[in-house]
Amino acid sequence: MAFVPFWFVLIAILWTGFFVLEGFDMGVGMLHEIIGKDEAGKRAVINTIGPLWDGNEVWLIVAGASMFAAFPGWYATLFSGFYLALLLLLAALIVRGVSFEYRGKSPAQRWRGNWSRLLVIASLLAPLLIGVALGDMLHGLPIGADHEYTGSFWDLLQPYGILTGVTLVAICVLHGSTFVALKTSGVLRDRARRLARRSAPVTGLLVIAFIAWTHVTAHGGAFLSPVEFLAIVAVLAAWALVRGHEGWAFGATTLTMALCIITIFVDLYPRVMVSSTNPAYSLTVHNTASTPYSLKVMTVIALVLLPVVLGYQAWTYHVFRRRISDSDFRPPPPKPATPPAGAARRPRRAGLFARAQRGSRG
Amino acid sequence: MREDLARWQFAFTSINHFLFVPVTIGLALLTALLQTAWHRRQEPEYLRLTRFFGTLLVINVAIGVVTGIVQEFEFGMNWSAYSRLVGNIFGAPLAMEGLAAFFLESTFLGLWLFGWDKLSRRVHLATIWLVAFGSALSAAFILAANSWMQHPVGYIRNPKTHAPQLNDIWALFTNPVFVWSYAKVILAAITTGAAVMLAVSAWQLRHGAHRETFGRSARLSLAILVPAILLAMSVGDELGVIEARYQPMKIAAAEAQWTTCQPCSFSLFQIGGGNDDHTPIQILEIPHLLSLLATNHWNGKVIGMSVLQHQYVARYGPGYYVPNVFIQYWAMRVMAYLAIIVLFVGLWGLWLMRRRRLERTRRFLWAAQWMVILPFLINTAGWLLTESGRQPWIVQGIMLTKNGLSPSVSTPYLWISVIGFFLLYGTLGTIDLILMMRYARKELADEPVPAGADDPIPAVHY
Repeated sequence: MAFVPFWFVLIAILWTGFFVLEGFDMGVGMLHEIIGKDEAGKRAVINTIGPLWDGNEVWLIVAGASMFAAFPGWYATLFSGFYLALLLLLAALIVRGVSFEYRGKSPAQRWRGNWSRLLVIASLLAPLLIGVALGDMLHGLPIGADHEYTGSFWDLLQPYGILTGVTLVAICVLHGSTFVALKTSGVLRDRARRLARRSAPVTGLLVIAFIAWTHVTAHGGAFLSPVEFLAIVAVLAAWALVRGHEGWAFGATTLTMALCIITIFVDLYPRVMVSSTNPAYSLTVHNTASTPYSLKVMTVIALVLLPVVLGYQAWTYHVFRRRISDSDFRPPPPKPATPPAGAARRPRRAGLFARAQRGSRG
Repeated sequence: MREDLARWQFAFTSINHFLFVPVTIGLALLTALLQTAWHRRQEPEYLRLTRFFGTLLVINVAIGVVTGIVQEFEFGMNWSAYSRLVGNIFGAPLAMEGLAAFFLESTFLGLWLFGWDKLSRRVHLATIWLVAFGSALSAAFILAANSWMQHPVGYIRNPKTHAPQLNDIWALFTNPVFVWSYAKVILAAITTGAAVMLAVSAWQLRHGAHRETFGRSARLSLAILVPAILLAMSVGDELGVIEARYQPMKIAAAEAQWTTCQPCSFSLFQIGGGNDDHTPIQILEIPHLLSLLATNHWNGKVIGMSVLQHQYVARYGPGYYVPNVFIQYWAMRVMAYLAIIVLFVGLWGLWLMRRRRLERTRRFLWAAQWMVILPFLINTAGWLLTESGRQPWIVQGIMLTKNGLSPSVSTPYLWISVIGFFLLYGTLGTIDLILMMRYARKELADEPVPAGADDPIPAVHY
C-alpha cells in the first residue's frame, strides 16, 4: 500500500506549495501600507501579486480537499476540532479576497483606507491561525479513542502552536518583503529591501527557536534532523543575502518557508494528529486513510493534473515577470464621476470611436 | 437544535454561494463570446463591452471564490461524521475539482485581467475561454458529488464496518442524476448570466447612452437567454422523472401527494398543506400533468407519501422519512412559474428584435431590467427543492442528516458560526450588490481603445 505514504507526501507538498506561494502574498498584504506609503505606492505593491494571489490561494483549497479525499478521518477531526479557529480563518480569507477586489473600486480615501486595514489584519491572521493549527497537530491535542476532539477553543492556544504561527507570520514578512524587492523598482524596492534587512534577524531567531522547539516536541534525539538543519541554514542564508541580489534572497526565503513546513510534516509522520490524551489515540496515516481504490484513482488524477497546473502557474509568473514601479500608478487615472442619469453627457475624447458613438446616439 | 443550526448554516452559506456561481459561469461564457466577436470582427464596440462586462464578472468572481472556500470547510467543521464516513467517495470529486477546475479558473482569470498588454491577442482570448471552461468544469465535479448524495452509485459496503466504499469512480460521472442536474445547472447559469447582461444593457439603453453598443449586448444576451431557459425547462422536466425514480418521496412531496394516484393531476395552487395537513384544498388542477412530469407517461403512477413512509419504515427502521412538504410544493411552483415569466419576457424581446424596436421599447427595457431578480429566485427555489427534498437523508438511503453532524461541535459554537456568517455575508453581499449596480450603471469606460490592430490595450489593475 504505497498510496498512503504517497498521499501524505502529496498533502505535505500542497501545504508547502501553499505557504511558499501564498506566503509572500500574505507578506505583501501585511506590508503594503508600510512599503507603499502613499496611494500610488500601495497600489503598486498590491499589484505585484494582483494576477497571482488567487491562483496561489487555490493551493489551500486543494490541500484541504485532498485531505478530505485521501484522509477523511484527518480532515474530519482537524476541521471540527479547530472549529472557531477555522471560522476566524474563513473570515480572514474572505475579507482578504474581497479587499483586493473591492479596494480599487471606489476612489474615496476612506473606502481604500478601510480595505487596506482589513487587508493587513486578514493577511496577518491567516498564516497565524494555520500555523497554530499545524503546530498543534504535532504537539498534541485532547483527542479521544473515537478520534473526536474533546478539548475547547482554549486548548488550541498552546505555546508551541502559537510559536509556530508567529514564526510563519515572520517568515511571511521576510518572504513578502524580498518578493516586493524583487518585483518593484525605485523607492518601493529600496523600502522593501530595508524592511527585509530589518526583519531578517527577527525571523532568523524565531525560526531557530521554532526548529529547536519542534525538535524537542518530536523527541528527535541529540542531533537535528537534516530537514531541521537545512531550515536553519536557509534562514541564515536569507539573513545574509537580504543585502545582496534579490533573486538569491527570495530563493533563500522560499527555502526557509518550505523547510519549516516540511519539518512539521516529517516529524508528524506516520501520525497526522497527535493525541495528548493518549498517544495510542493519535490519528495516523493508516487509521484515517481513504480506501485503496479511492487513493489509486486520486493518484492517477494528481499525477496527470499537477504537472499541468505547475506548468501554467510557472508560465503566469513568467508573463508577469516585469518589475512594477509606483510611477506606473501616478498620477492616478482620471476618474470622472458618473453624471446623474439622464443628464447631459460630457464630451468624449476625439478618436475613431467617439465619432461612431456620437453618430449613433441620435 | 444542533441539526437545525447546522442545516440553516449550510443552507444559508450555499444559497449565498450559489447567487454568485451561476453569474460567474454565465458571464464568463458571455464575456468570452463578446471578446471572440471583437477578435473576429475587430469592431471596437465589442472590446468595450468585453471590458465592461469583464469588470462585472471579476467583482462577482471574487466573492464567489471566497464563499466557495467556506463550503469546502463546512463539510469538516459541521458534518465531520458525514465526512469521516463518505470522504473516500465524496471527497474525491472535490479534490478533482480543485486540481482540474479551480486552478484553471483562478490562474487564467489573473492572466486575463492583468494580461491585456502582455499576451498576444489570440492567447489572451484563449485565457477568457479557459476561465469560462474552468468555471463550468468546477460545477461538474461538485454536482457529481451532490448527485451521489441524491442517488448513491459506484460503491460497495465494507464487509466489516458496513461503511460505503468507492469502487467505481466512473459511475459518479455517469450517474443519471448527475448528467441531468449538471445540464440543468449549466443552462440555469447561462440563463442567469444572460439575464444579468440583458438587465444591465436594458438599464443602459433606458438611460440613453451608447445605444449602438449596448444594443449589441442586449441582442446577444436575448439570443442566448431564450434557448437557454427553454432547454433548462425541458431538462428540468427530465430531471424530475429521474428524481421520481430514485427519490420518489421528493416528487410526491412536490405535489403534496399523500395517496398514490394514477393518473395524477398537477395543482396550480393550494390552500393549506404541509406535513400535518394531508388534505389541502388544491386549486386549478390540470389533469395528467403530474403523471407527465414525474413519469413521462400520460397515465403514469405517482406513489403517495403515506405509502412511501410505510415502505421506508419497513426498509430502514422506525423514523419519519417525509421532507418538508410546504417547501417542496412551493419551491417547485416558484421555480416553474418564474421560469415561464422569464421565457415570456425573452420571447417578447426576440419579437421586438425582429421588428428592430428592441432598443426603443421602454416598457420592455423596464421589464428586462427588473427580470434580473427572477433567475436568482429560480435557482434558489431549485436548490431548496433538491436539497430539502432529500431530507431526512444526508445521503439517500445511507446516512441520516442528524447522524452526519460533528460530535465535538457544541450548540454555542454553531450559534457563533451561524451569526458570524450571517453578519459577514450580509455585509459583503450588500457591498457586492452596491458595487455591481454602480459599475453596471457606469458609462462605458473612457479608456483609450486601440485604433490599430497592433496597438497595446492597457491591462486592468487593482
